[in-house]
Amino acid sequence: MTSPSPTRHSWYEESARGRLAHLLDLGSFTEFLGPERREFSPHLGLFNLPHQLDDGIIVGTGRLDGRPVLAAAQEGRFMGGAIGEVHGAKLTGLLRAARQLKRDVVILFDTGGVRLQEANAGELAISEIIRATLEARAEGVRVVGLLGGRAGCYGGGSLIAGCCSALVISEQGRLSVSGPEVIETNKGVEEFDSRDRALVWRTMGGKHRYLIGGADLFVDDDVAAFRAGALAALERPSALDQAVLAAEQARLERRLARFGDAADGAEVWARLGVAHPAGVPDLDTGAFLTIATSKREGADAAR
Amino acid sequence: MENLRYELSSTRPAGGTRAVGLVGVVASGNLEVLLERGAAPDRCVIDIATPAHGFAALWQAVTADFAARMAAGGLRITVNDGGARPDTVALRLAQGVRLMEKPE
Repeated sequence: MTSPSPTRHSWYEESARGRLAHLLDLGSFTEFLGPERREFSPHLGLFNLPHQLDDGIIVGTGRLDGRPVLAAAQEGRFMGGAIGEVHGAKLTGLLRAARQLKRDVVILFDTGGVRLQEANAGELAISEIIRATLEARAEGVRVVGLLGGRAGCYGGGSLIAGCCSALVISEQGRLSVSGPEVIETNKGVEEFDSRDRALVWRTMGGKHRYLIGGADLFVDDDVAAFRAGALAALERPSALDQAVLAAEQARLERRLARFGDAADGAEVWARLGVAHPAGVPDLDTGAFLTIATSKREGADAAR
Repeated sequence: MENLRYELSSTRPAGGTRAVGLVGVVASGNLEVLLERGAAPDRCVIDIATPAHGFAALWQAVTADFAARMAAGGLRITVNDGGARPDTVALRLAQGVRLMEKPE
């Protein structure tokens, strides 16, 4: 693995606010319902848990290379970026505004899914966000997801990501409905050892997701790379019609038939025709993309 | 949750023109600090919400030291604590004052 260049600035290590500042044009961001508005969770106090003034998500409007976009960034360090009532409502509102304004949206995912302390409200919020995403896409709005945060993108967050028009992922990004601990708790450590980080990345990590067509663009863990990735993702089509859905359904059926009994990511990569699957996790971005470009399953407009 | 409020004397008024500043996040061993203007120019008002009960004396010492050392006059500060150590609290408060001094 090549060492990171001295100018590289990790997306993974940045805060949600820091990521937005690096992603968007300098000084172009205006926040809606900022922390001074104190729209925080009304539920956490019942559990003697501290609230955060923005409820772990920043929403607003800005410019990306001059182009107006709406943006939302989840803070994975606050309760694992989990989605509660207010957090969810802020994202729903942003997506509804996107539909009205016909303005594209960029979502900086960093979430473990629904916040268990306000689970019912959180589950409802996920449904509302998905509906708002699909309604915006039906109007031609692009909804781009960026996946490279500390908490990954799990549970309901992964369902929202699945409804985006394009996804950008880094090696550090993880995308899965059930997280490692959830699988281990429900199926036992023999099925999945959540402490085996290499296993976690082989089954949910950015390289794996990109290789099986679960994400559209693969970028370095670098704020400038994510900015370039977001711009490229905004050039991709947003179409969400019957033909796209039928093609996606057929692709998922093919994937299941091809890889359904594979026990490990490396086995999936071998079946894709990757010559040295065990070496994939050690490849730098350039070498990985060379292999991935010829071997990966193409993602359709939906995934 | 324990809620604490300290109205402290701070002889030097806070610099800069920024209306609002935010530093830190609510995470284990960390805290968020929201800074707003509006207190009297020689006063600094700090509201703290912490899930760790029984540390009022420590909070009082750290905030009084902060208000005496830093140009914090006129600031209204809101702290949401995630169980931060006193040194982390002191650094975040100082970071907040520096942020308010920066041009937007």
